[in-house]
Formats: sequence, C-alpha cells, structure tokens
Amino acid sequence: MSIPILTLLVLVPLIGALGVSLLAKTQESMTKNVALVSSIITGALSVWMLIKFPSGSSGFEFVSKHSWVSEWGISWHLGVDGISLFLVVLTGILFPLVIVGIDPHHHHKQYLVWMLILEAGVMGSFLSLDLFLFFVFFEIVLVPMYFLIGNWGYDQRVYAATKFFIYTMAGSAFMLVGIVATAFLARRDIGYLTFDLLEIAEKANFSVNTGRWLFTGFVIAFAVKVPLFPLHTWLPDAHTQAPTGGSVILAGVLLKMGTYGLLRFGVYLFPEAAVWAKPVLLTLAVIGIIYGAIAATMQKDLKRLVAYSSVAHLGFIVLGTFALTNQALTGGVMQMVNHGVSTGALFLMVGMIYERRHTRVIAELKGIQAVAPIFAGFFTVVMLSSIGLPGLNGFVGEFLILIGAFSTARWWVVAATFGVILAALYLLWAYQRVFHGEPDEANKSFPELTKREGALLSVFVAAIVFTGVYPKPMLNRIEPSVKALLEHVEMRSDYQQPEIEAGE
Amino acid sequence: MMFAANVFVGPEIDWLKISPLLVMLGGALFLILAGSLTSQWKPGVYGGVSAFTAVASAACTAWQWNELGDGASSELLANALYFGRFSLFATFSIAIATALAVLVATDYLVRENEDGPEVFALMLTAALGGMVMVQANDFVVLFLGLETLSLAFYLLTASNRSRSASGEAGLKYFVLGGFASAFFLYGVALIYGATGSTNITKIAASLSSETVFAGSTGMLLAGIALLLVGFGFKVSVVPFHTWTADVYQGAPTPVTAFMGSVGKIAAFAALVRVFTDGLLTRSDDWRPVVIVLAVLTLLTGSVLAVIQTDVKRMLAYSSISHAGFILVGLVAASYGASPDAHLGVSSSLGYLFIYSILVIGTFGVVAMVAGKGDAATSLNAFAGLGKSHPVLALAMTVLLLAQAGVPLTSGFVAKFGIIRAAVSVESYALAVVAMLAAVIAAFLYLRIMVSMWLSDRTHSSEISASLSLKVAIALSVAFTLVIGFFPSLLLQFVDLV
Repeated sequence: MSIPILTLLVLVPLIGALGVSLLAKTQESMTKNVALVSSIITGALSVWMLIKFPSGSSGFEFVSKHSWVSEWGISWHLGVDGISLFLVVLTGILFPLVIVGIDPHHHHKQYLVWMLILEAGVMGSFLSLDLFLFFVFFEIVLVPMYFLIGNWGYDQRVYAATKFFIYTMAGSAFMLVGIVATAFLARRDIGYLTFDLLEIAEKANFSVNTGRWLFTGFVIAFAVKVPLFPLHTWLPDAHTQAPTGGSVILAGVLLKMGTYGLLRFGVYLFPEAAVWAKPVLLTLAVIGIIYGAIAATMQKDLKRLVAYSSVAHLGFIVLGTFALTNQALTGGVMQMVNHGVSTGALFLMVGMIYERRHTRVIAELKGIQAVAPIFAGFFTVVMLSSIGLPGLNGFVGEFLILIGAFSTARWWVVAATFGVILAALYLLWAYQRVFHGEPDEANKSFPELTKREGALLSVFVAAIVFTGVYPKPMLNRIEPSVKALLEHVEMRSDYQQPEIEAGE
Repeated sequence: MMFAANVFVGPEIDWLKISPLLVMLGGALFLILAGSLTSQWKPGVYGGVSAFTAVASAACTAWQWNELGDGASSELLANALYFGRFSLFATFSIAIATALAVLVATDYLVRENEDGPEVFALMLTAALGGMVMVQANDFVVLFLGLETLSLAFYLLTASNRSRSASGEAGLKYFVLGGFASAFFLYGVALIYGATGSTNITKIAASLSSETVFAGSTGMLLAGIALLLVGFGFKVSVVPFHTWTADVYQGAPTPVTAFMGSVGKIAAFAALVRVFTDGLLTRSDDWRPVVIVLAVLTLLTGSVLAVIQTDVKRMLAYSSISHAGFILVGLVAASYGASPDAHLGVSSSLGYLFIYSILVIGTFGVVAMVAGKGDAATSLNAFAGLGKSHPVLALAMTVLLLAQAGVPLTSGFVAKFGIIRAAVSVESYALAVVAMLAAVIAAFLYLRIMVSMWLSDRTHSSEISASLSLKVAIALSVAFTLVIGFFPSLLLQFVDLV
C-alpha cells in the first residue's frame, strides 16, 4: 500500500481546518474555498477507495497501523471493510455538499473549522480498529458538534447543545470503563496489554458473565448515540435546534456511529452477550419504531417530526442488527446509509423551508406545491424514500431487515411492520398539510428552488433512485463482511442462524 | 570512651541529591536578603529571579533523575528523606508548577502595584516545604514540610492588603489549617505510640510482620484515621473541604493557582507515599474509608461546582472533584497484592502533574479576566469573551475541555491513567462513579464555555496582560495539547515511578 489512504481521510479535513483557522476573517471566499477543497479531496479519496475496494472481500482493507502510545498498547490502527465502507463514503460525500450548499449566515470561518474537525472525527470513528483510538474519535466529535449547535442553532440552542454533550458523555463514561476493562481482561488471554480490536476479538475468551457486563457498558454508550428508546430524549432537541448543516450531519452520519458501534464493538467483540441481549435490544428497537412514529405524527414542528422519524428509522437498523441473520444485518448496514441520505435530504429541505418562511410550524405552511412545484417534487421523492416505497433506496434496506428478521424475531417484526404503516401516515399527513391546498398570503410568495439548491438535492435524489433500482453493487460489498461477522458470532457462541436462506 | 559516646556524629549529607531543595532555599533566602537590602527592583525582576530559581530546581531534579537511572531508591540524611523516582517526579512537578505560578503572580503583582520580594520568597518557601513533604521519610520531617508549606500559604492567601476578602480568607485558612495540622500531629503521635517509630520505612517494617508488631491495633487505627483527616483537609477531600471555596475565592488569583497546584501535589504525593509505603499492610483497614471518601468527594465536588456563579468558586469545587479522582488512584494503589498496584501510584502522580499545569493555566486566564483589583471573577465577567478576545477564550476552552477529560488533551490522559489503574485492580464500580462525576463536572466547564462563546459581552472592563502571564498561559495550553496528542512523552517517565 503506497498511499495511506485511510490516514489521509482523517488528516486532510484536519489540515483543511488548520488552513482555514490560519486565514484572516476578512478573506471569506478564501476560507470557504480552502474548506471546500479539503472536503472535496476527502470525498474524492473516499470514492477512490470505494472503487479500489475489492468486491467480495470480507476482511479489512487499506489497513494502516502505527504505534501511538506504546506504553499502553495503543496503536493508530485504521481499516475498512464492507460494513464501514459505505459509511465512510457517505461521510466523504455528505460533508462537501453541506459545506457548499448550506449557508451558516454568520461567523463563516469558525463554522467551517468546526465542520472540518467534525468530519475528521467522524471519519476516524468509522475507520478505527483500536478501541482507544475509536473512543478518542467518538468522544472528540462532541466538541465540534456542541459548538455547531450552540453557535449557529436556533432559540433553544444552548440547552440543546448542552443536553447533547452531557447525554453522550454520560454514555461514553460507561464505555471508557468498558474499554479499559476489556483490554485488561483480554490481557490474560493475549499475554500483553493491547487495545487492538482485531486481536481482542480473535484471541480473548471472556467468561460469560464478564462478556455480558462489558457488552452492557458498550451498549449504553451506543444506545445513547443511536439513540435507542428510552435514551433518545436528547435527539429531538439537538436536531431541532441545530443549524441545517448540523442536522444533516447529525442525522446523516453521527447517529450511525451508534449503530455502527453496536455492530463493530458490541456484536463483534462480545458475540455471546449479543445473543443473550437480543430480546431486550429487539424490544427496545421495536418500541423505538412505534414510539418514534407516533411521536412524529403528533409533532407541530416539521423539523421535530423528521427528528422523531429518525428515532423510528434507527429502531429498524437496530432490529436488523440484532436479528442476527445475514439478510437482516445486510439490510441494517444498508439502511444506515439510506437513512443518512434520505433524512439528510429531508433536513436539508426543512432548512430550505425555514430559510424562506422563517418558520417550521406545520400549521403556518400551506399549499406550497402550487407555488413551488419543483421543490414539492423533490420533497415527494425523498419522503417516499423515507417511507420505503419500492424502487427507492429505503425499501431495499427495510425489506431486507424485515424479511431477514422474520425467521429469528418473528413477533418483533410483526410489531415493527406497523411502524412502516405509521411512517407513511405521519409523512404523508405532514406533506398534505404543508404542500396541498390553496396557499394563503404568507405562503404565496414561497420562492421556487434555486439552481444551486436544485443541484444539491439532485445528488441526494440520484443516490436514492440508483440504490433503489440497482442495489446489487452495494449489497455485493456489504454482504461478505456481514457473513464473516455472523460466522464469528456463530463460532463464538452457541447461536446458529436458521438455514432458510432463499436461493440466489 | 564514655566521652566519645556523647560526641554528635552528623549524618552523611549527599549534597547533590538534595540540590533541588537547596536551590529553592537559596532562591528564597536571596530574595529576602537582597530584596530587603536594596531599593525596589524593576518590575518583573523579582518574578524573573524566582522563576529562574524554580526552573533551576527542576533542572537539578531532572539531572538527579537521570543520574538515578534504573537504580533503586535510597534514603538520605540519616533516613530522614526518601530518594527515588517517586520523590523526584513529585519534586519536579512542584518545581515546574512553581515556575508557572510565579509567572502568573509576576503579572498580577506588577498590575496591582504590589511588586516586591515577599510574595515570591513565600512562594519559593512554600515550594520548598512541598518538596520536603514529598521526599520525607519520617513523619517529623513530613510535618516540618507541611508546616513550612502551610504557613507560607496562609500568608500568601492574605497577601493582598487592599482586598478585605483576601485577609478574611487567610484567617479562615489559618484557623482551619491549624486544626488540621493538630489532627495530623495527633495521628503521628498515635502511630508512634503503636509502632514505636516515626520513620515511614521502619513503620512499614514493624507492621509487616504481625508477630513483631506488639503495639495496640486500636491506637494504630485511630492514628491512621487522624492522619487521613489531616491530609484530607490539605487536599480538600469531602467532608474536610469546606474551606476550599472561600479560600480559593478570597485569595489573590495567582495564589489560588499556586495552592491548587503545588499544595495539591505536595499533600497528595505525601498522602500516597505514607499510605502505600508506610501503611500498605493495613490497606484492608483504610481502603473502605478511602473508597467512601473518594465517592463523596467526586460527587459532592462535581455537583456543588455546577451550581456556583463565581468562576473561582466553580474551579474550587471542580478541584475537589479532581481530588476525588486522585483518591481513586490511591484506592487502586492500595491493592498491594495485585501486580498492577503500582499503576495506582504512578497514575496519581501523573494526574497531579497534568492537573497542576491545567489549573495554573486556567487560573491564569481567570487572573487576566479579573482585571485590576482581582474583582471580575463572576461568570458574567466571562460573557462574550469569545467575541472580544478569541485567542484568550480559545486557550481557556482548551484548558476547560482538558479538565473535563475530553480526548486529545492532557486531561484525558490523566483520567485514563486513573481509570486504567482502577480497572486493573477490578474496581469497576468506582471507575464508573469517577467517570460519571467527570460528566457532571463537564457541565460546569460547559457553563463557562457557553458564557464565553455564546453570550454577549456585558462587562466592559479592559483585559490586558504582560508577557509573563501570556507565556504562562501559552505554556500550559501547549503542554495540554502536546501531551494530549503524544501521551508517550509524559508516560515514559510516569510509568517508571
């Protein structure tokens, strides 16, 4: 490997952040260009990595490993497999779009610096194969996000930002103790102290009780991040108060750190405990699906509605994860990316509505379809993808989850299916109230999409349609890693997947 | 022959090994003598001499560390002092913290038109007392160091003659500190009664074999308890913490920084040394007490910090919470049977070093914002600092995030060390409590950050600082980040302790 591409994915945004912070405040266009160039380079690198990624590989590719804190057995260990691949690409593409497409209105320079630091943190979280390194990235992400919400958010921003920070940090407190304990207990089997994920997962043999305790520690942190019912209360506040760019990133990639963590550090490290905790996590996931959907239906604020819909969607991902079958898990990984695209786009459009009308209250919006048909069209496509209409991306993921989980978690699936119906209810009802009817005075002058906004949304819609119609390339890259993960689970616990896989 | 027995034979003195102490003593004496015999020096020269003294002392310590290499620890001056990596590291921490605190004080004294040799001489004296404490191998020597340190602290606290709060804080500290010293001394007396010695090594030896130990166990335990009270007061452990907020708030801000760093290192290092070297065989007796104290300290400090409205009081309570963290390290060190018990000792010392530099930087910023008369220390004084003084606010943000234990700062390295030590002896619950207390405390640091970045400036007081204060803040921020990114730079030394 000549170019350490994964290291660059983390470093390029950081260098960009440094560059931006060194520029004077007055050079506004220059700061934007530097930020844009560094995020585009990162995006291009991630796409290049996607192209080079061998389809069918189940292991970690592009691995880069250097000693960092040798005294503590900590290394700079990055790698990407089918599970993290598309999350990395999503991060790489989403950030330049947000930077170019969304105007923070004030303090551009600081905004861009925080955005780029955030990108580096998110990238690092998805790429780390060292527990300590992962924790560093997972935790450092809080700082830029805190400032993004607190500085550029809406009225209740300080409250929301603080709540977000404290909630996540409280979750991480358990994980940090869990991480250190994992490394120390694994030392008995490995012979020396290391925080390396792969070494611990392959060599350590935790006793049943130990594994369950450690798993619980990790799960608390990720359950806050996902967020899993009942630890979700920070999310509606953070989402609603965050600036549009912040919401898009938060929904698009940040929440995925939780679901990704459940897979990579929960299921992979503690297979036995994952099987043991399955009923609880499935139940919480299904409660989240139903509760999120009902809460979304009742919202008066469009942005809060989308935020609650996230709770429901992430419930589906957790359902797919802990159903522990190839299909459901593949669907779960896919749905992580899909949700990032669809909900990211929804937040983007809610932001556009707010820019135009300075309100997000559903009751104050009316008949927008008549004055802005193109905008309404884009909204329709994204909304349908979020509902899970066949032919669009949301369907592929959700369907895989439901069909895959049916054999191992039948009754949970039955309950979750109501969530699909409710999703149609709250989104279509919101659409009806906002877009249909005769526009009143305030909404009559609702401007149509600008070219720039149209171009921005087109990228999202293209991804939505492409994945919906032709998911095979994506599935081909996700599946081998998922299979390998489940084989690891089956080997390490007495769990066996039911053998009812349909033929190709 | 009879006559010869009465000839006093002085102990052999290894001058080089006590050179850090001698340098400090020399600097303090020079300042008092030369300062009183000459007319007023140029602004900042007193501070410069003191900072130089502290750095020279640190250099001597580093040199001795190098000389010691992998060698075993030894005892100096007829077993009065202990000489090893533990004492050298603590001495070095004190010297470095003193140098930084002197830089903060220089700016303050020049600003308040109170520049003179007294405050600096007292600071060097306090540092000397602290060094004696961490090197002491005998309770009597330890008490000498403790009193040298404490008396200098009382005076320093009351050193601002134009602010009545300063005098009030000094008196409070003096009265309560006197009580604590009495407790400590009583504890020493009881332990002497039980073991027949005041020498820490000898006490350890007499306690190690049950058959030899003929003293009264009740007396010993009472002595240990009283020692804990005395130390607990000095390091402000709940429930002996009540003086902290008032004294931290009333003392001149640079003195607060100095107390929060050097005072903590000296008292905690001595506490750790006495309990893990001298009384380790009795750890089953004192460990439960320390665990309870740690939990109380962690939670009380964090919770009370959150509800304060004065930044100096906030930081006082947060220092209490930090003290709880170090107690967790002591708990880890108390499992003498565990092969990882040394992690508790080394992580406590590492925490102390990292925390002192953080605390000096933080109080340096507070001193700068407080302005003339040391008046503006309320949370409102920080409002809008991010807009009017972005660089200063950024420095403060880094220091606060580090105190909160955010990764890539030295504060995280410190916390991680303690958690690692606690986990290595399977104190999982205590580790979780410590981390949760850190989360509660994080709320407090966020409050200050919110005030700085997300509010509008209401105070119009001018903020200015001389070079020395800026250097002190810049050094502590640089240290915070460098150690955050490259923990090995520090850990290679800490792990040897």
